[in-house]
Amino acid sequence: MSDNRLSVLKTYKLFVGGKFPRSESGRVYEVTDAKGKWLANAPLASRKDARDAVVAARKAFGGWSGATAYNRGQILYRVAEMLEGRRDQFIHEVADAEGLSKSKATAQVDAAIDRWVWYAGWSDKTAQIAGSANPVAGPYFNLSSPEPTGVVALLAPQDSAFLGLVSVIAPAIVTGNTTVVVASEKSPLPALSLAEVLATSDLPGGVVNVLSGRTAEIAAPLAAHQDVNAIDLAGADPELATELEKAAAENLKRVLRPQPVDWTADPGTGRLLTFLETKTVWHPMGA
Amino acid sequence: MPVFEYAPAPESRAVVDIAPSYGLFIDGEFAEAGDGKVFKTLSPSSEEVLSEVAQAGVEDVDRAVKAARKAFETWSALPGSERAKYLFRIARIIQERSRELAVLESLDNGKPIRESRDADLPLVAAHFFYYAGWADKLAYAVRGRSPLNGTSGADPRPLGVAGQVIPWNFPLLMLAWKIAPALATGNTVVLKPAETTPLSALFFADICRQAGLPKGVVNIVTGDGSTGAELVAHPGIDKVAFTGSTEVGKAIARTVAGTRKKVTLELGGKAANIVFDDAPLDQAVEGIVGGIFFNQGHVCCAGSRLLVQESVQDELLDALKRRMSTLRVGDPLDKNTDIGAINSAEQLARIRALADAGEAEGAERWAPACELPSSGYWFAPTLFTGVTQAHRIAREEIFGPVLSVLTFRTPEEAVAKANNTPYGLSAGIWTEKGSRILWMANKLRAGVVWSNTFNKFDPASPFGGYKESGYGREGGRHGLEAYLDV
Repeated sequence: MSDNRLSVLKTYKLFVGGKFPRSESGRVYEVTDAKGKWLANAPLASRKDARDAVVAARKAFGGWSGATAYNRGQILYRVAEMLEGRRDQFIHEVADAEGLSKSKATAQVDAAIDRWVWYAGWSDKTAQIAGSANPVAGPYFNLSSPEPTGVVALLAPQDSAFLGLVSVIAPAIVTGNTTVVVASEKSPLPALSLAEVLATSDLPGGVVNVLSGRTAEIAAPLAAHQDVNAIDLAGADPELATELEKAAAENLKRVLRPQPVDWTADPGTGRLLTFLETKTVWHPMGA
Repeated sequence: MPVFEYAPAPESRAVVDIAPSYGLFIDGEFAEAGDGKVFKTLSPSSEEVLSEVAQAGVEDVDRAVKAARKAFETWSALPGSERAKYLFRIARIIQERSRELAVLESLDNGKPIRESRDADLPLVAAHFFYYAGWADKLAYAVRGRSPLNGTSGADPRPLGVAGQVIPWNFPLLMLAWKIAPALATGNTVVLKPAETTPLSALFFADICRQAGLPKGVVNIVTGDGSTGAELVAHPGIDKVAFTGSTEVGKAIARTVAGTRKKVTLELGGKAANIVFDDAPLDQAVEGIVGGIFFNQGHVCCAGSRLLVQESVQDELLDALKRRMSTLRVGDPLDKNTDIGAINSAEQLARIRALADAGEAEGAERWAPACELPSSGYWFAPTLFTGVTQAHRIAREEIFGPVLSVLTFRTPEEAVAKANNTPYGLSAGIWTEKGSRILWMANKLRAGVVWSNTFNKFDPASPFGGYKESGYGREGGRHGLEAYLDV
């Protein structure tokens, strides 16, 4: 890049239903790097945007949860492939967002790409570790298998704008849930760029919807929304989390409470199994 | 053909000895409530007072939680194989005393002795047997999960003190569902039985004594909803397990918000029992009758919405009405009784109000001719036809012997109607076509799907709901998770 060329800045947009709208409110907020230098104006999503995202997620649920596990795994792996190709862009964005050195940002992005691969492999294995054949006392065939719980609202962690973000999205969608993601409030840009990757990874529109803005403002209507089935409170502080958990009680949303997480560690199956229901089917046996 | 009437075949009340009053069971001792408050428990079939029971207040709940906390230290430190032996002992004593307990349960709850004897009690014992066997195998139960974030690591640990609140429809069975997995995993418990059916839990306290269970491992606090609310809100408990109404479940979810308490909720349901035109109709009729009239319809997973394919509606309804006309309503202790008493005056009023709403909204009401006893709380088995999805009797849980019949034409329509409810506990499918069973089971948003059968339970089988029917599973390997730090 020559010194006298004016670079082309990117207009960051929301990601809802596979499309990239500006916030319906027309609002933006200033996003800066760790040193306070202006990076971009991110959309400041409104309550209406949150509701639109839920509608999109619900619309996508039938197709995504009905897709074969094999197919979902292929698509998650495709996300990793697409990210690999844009690795430098994300390293740059993560370094800016979190004030990391290039090598530390690289480690975060690499871990995030690997995480997509790891979760891709879970798609056709969760039923085998979370399901069971149940030896009931009678002539019945009885089988329990996990199913996605539905539309999951994810409050992405505030402190890990990319690795943390990926670590909450991938386990929720790999099992067939659809999601509304509230990006890190301070550092939303990696999330908004991830949306561009998701849009070109064969992921059906609406499976992941990404909103940026004030976490508390967007989270409130999501926690209260009657058509949201679960909420991951990773990005909420304790006070907000309590308030949201109370709102979530209204339709008995499944709640994952915030807890300290080392996003670089082996994620285990905790997040994967949290957003599942168990369905048990009984059928008589006999000649 | 001549009709032979059944002669009464009453089970003897002499096998059970009910004391005139009972205290709270805390730290291995029966004690009066701190403020001396009591309430009466009635037999719903006669309105006779069976006994007087202590009403636990704030201090009593606190005392029970402290006793459980103290007992947790030693109980959780026991090798699993030793805890298992206590549970096996309990299971055996329940089997030995099952006749006594069945009569007690029928007296206090109003359910037919046929059901308490043949369904409740065998399942109660089976639950203790099943979970006894898990106590020394927990490391195999939750594979590859650690206490902190779900990574592979140390063996799963118990949570601590479990506060458990159970309903009145299956008093002893719900106690078994709650206590057996809790103790197997090394937790201690404070259990609050329902206000109208406290007696079998107090008899269970005596079984704990006979089994030599260490003091404080199981504590029983009787009382009304306020006692349950105190228990759920008590800062000293680590786990809340509740079975009951969705309304109370929501209140509990709000209460525990922001705490570290782990919660499982088994709430209401409005199950669809779906009958296709190729179904074995006689079997389906039995399944429908069992699905809605078992335990007077006081069953959260009751098949309270019958979805019948339009082409077989008339044939099915004729057979169903014929079958319903043979149901015998009356004395719960009579071994020929199919339908016993409604559990309380309050519940009877709720059922009546909803049935009246069904009529007022234009559905057609039908019940077989049947004579109801003059004292006690009774409701004849009732059927509503011409029900639409907008009717209250198609949307609200009635929790009584009332069946709402809706129709459908295509499998897709059946799925849409079955899923058109905020609940998601159970469903039934009746068809001879295997591929359709699997297709339907896949589409239904419900935690338990019975195909060509209904209302089957087993300790080895997970049970629990989707959506507003609550969270968590009880039974099976899945049921252990609720009591482990995973």
